[in-house]
Amino acid sequence: MSQETILDIKDLRTSFLVEDFEVKAVDGVSFKLPKGKTIGIVGESGSGKSITAMSILQLLDKPGKIMGGEINFKGKDLTKLSEKEIQNIRGNEISMIFQEPMTSLNPVYTIGQQIRETLKVHQGLNKQNGTKKAIELLSLVGIPSPEQRVKQYPHELSGGMRQRVMIAMALACNPELLIADEPTTALDVTIQAQILELIKDLQKDLGMSVIMITHDMGVVAETCDYVAVMYGGKVVEYQDVKSIFKSPKHPYTVGLLNSIPRHDTDVDELEPIKGNVPSPKDMPVGCRFAPRCPFATELCEKELPSLDTQADGSEVRCWVYTDRWDGDPEVNVRESKRTAESE
Amino acid sequence: MFQFIVRRLIQLIPVLLGVSIIVFSLMHLTPGNPAQIIAGENAPKETIEQIENRLGLNDPIPVQYFNFVKDAVMLDFGSSWRTSLPVSEELWPKFWVTFELAVYSTIFSVFLGLIAGIISAVRQYSFADVGIMLVALFGLSMPNFWFGLMLMQWFSIKLGWLPPTGWGSPEQVILPVITLGTMGAAVVARMTRSSMLDVISQDYIRTARAKGLKERVVIYRHALKNALIPVVTVIGLQFGSLLAGAVLTESVFAINGMGKLIIDRILARDFPVVQAAVLVIAVVFVFVNLIVDISYKFLNKRINMD
Repeated sequence: MSQETILDIKDLRTSFLVEDFEVKAVDGVSFKLPKGKTIGIVGESGSGKSITAMSILQLLDKPGKIMGGEINFKGKDLTKLSEKEIQNIRGNEISMIFQEPMTSLNPVYTIGQQIRETLKVHQGLNKQNGTKKAIELLSLVGIPSPEQRVKQYPHELSGGMRQRVMIAMALACNPELLIADEPTTALDVTIQAQILELIKDLQKDLGMSVIMITHDMGVVAETCDYVAVMYGGKVVEYQDVKSIFKSPKHPYTVGLLNSIPRHDTDVDELEPIKGNVPSPKDMPVGCRFAPRCPFATELCEKELPSLDTQADGSEVRCWVYTDRWDGDPEVNVRESKRTAESE
Repeated sequence: MFQFIVRRLIQLIPVLLGVSIIVFSLMHLTPGNPAQIIAGENAPKETIEQIENRLGLNDPIPVQYFNFVKDAVMLDFGSSWRTSLPVSEELWPKFWVTFELAVYSTIFSVFLGLIAGIISAVRQYSFADVGIMLVALFGLSMPNFWFGLMLMQWFSIKLGWLPPTGWGSPEQVILPVITLGTMGAAVVARMTRSSMLDVISQDYIRTARAKGLKERVVIYRHALKNALIPVVTVIGLQFGSLLAGAVLTESVFAINGMGKLIIDRILARDFPVVQAAVLVIAVVFVFVNLIVDISYKFLNKRINMD
């Protein structure tokens, strides 16, 4: 990883302050994103992956607040910027697309008006040039007859088309970083593939870096170069995408992989991860995953492991891979119905 | 759009017919012979009969109704039973006074209510929000006439800044408009607040922020336009009730408007004037709400007008 790093998040902590209580939604997340690459942030609902994304552009809903850490983007710490400075970055150098294309566009303005707005704020384009650029952007994201579409309102478009519009809007100012927060979750499977393909192509053509937030390992396999698996507000594993499918290390990652269907193995039953994500109000003291982990020992329940770099370059937050491991020394986290296949 | 307006205008016909039947029945359902009222208690029988014939009171009721509607469409409401002047001559000057009062009060309540509501919503649970909502509650629950009297007491009598009564000059307009518009402002403020709060939590507001727009633009361009629909509905209803409910304010400030006219003529059993006034208020109310319906289309293109 000697390439240029575009985004370097260090020890990000984001909390929701409810009355006198601090709910730690993101609790010390660190990762790096090399320029032009895609990182997947994976986890269940409540793992803090979306909050991490929202923290980058400081789009947190009240009472969310960044409590500490750094978000270094091209050498600037975004957490230290004023509201005005971050506004200049939003939609310009860093863009974001969201999970709900049906509700993410303003119903009372036309597609053209909404795309033009971004162009006007960041590039000062007037109405005429803005419309021209909007039409270009719409055809870039594969919307047929863009000249007519710019004049239409969001309700006249399907979900997939609206997500394309969102992407067009996000790309309006050639951002260097695109944050996609579950961009395909609300779409039909066929449309999902199209949208992912579109994001991948555009990334290649425009040289963007992408943060892909998802709970879908299929999406990760399709689009990502690196993967950070989040659980309970912390990164539990960080690897490049090939290795994570080949040799997942954290029991949670293994669980995630076992809970998706595969066509290349003869597995009759999927293995769900038992139990639920812990509430941020009531986090386990030790490893966040310990209550659901089939390998958890006393040590796991008492002490939180750190995110350690392994010999193969991956990073894992699990006692199994440390000298202090007090369980079965022969334990194989990947022992599952699928082990044979991945060798 | 044009089709929609035409269709709505056609739909108004049954509504207005209903109103006209109710207004017409006023005269025939109330006890007493109108001819007797006009002629006075001790009038001779011949005079009364003469008046009955002149007013067509001996015609069958449907014929009378038909004549009433026919005249009303031509804006001819007959003559007052008390002053013998044509009703329109009596009504229009006073109608315009009340109409002005209602329009100014509506402008006042929309302006104040929108600003207060937006501030409240944007700074939910802040000191400003709590303060505004408290004042709005006060504005809602305060009797009109009392508030008018208090304003008069302070600004006219103690401070001597504004005239206590009358209508016409700009100074005379201020106190009645505040009196009449405060309740509307409170309603609009509360409506705007809840509507804005609902809109602000929508996904497209987050999108607007993610585009790098200034918070002011996010609120006024993206949130407000969406939040206005329920507010506009309330404003339309408010205007109607202001028109009809200005009576107390008019009495307090001795404004010679339609409210006062209606009360006076009800007591005097001067039915043609009362009928005309009620009919005019109903028509204005119906048209204001038509305008509200049309404005929906401009606020939100999703609303289907067909």
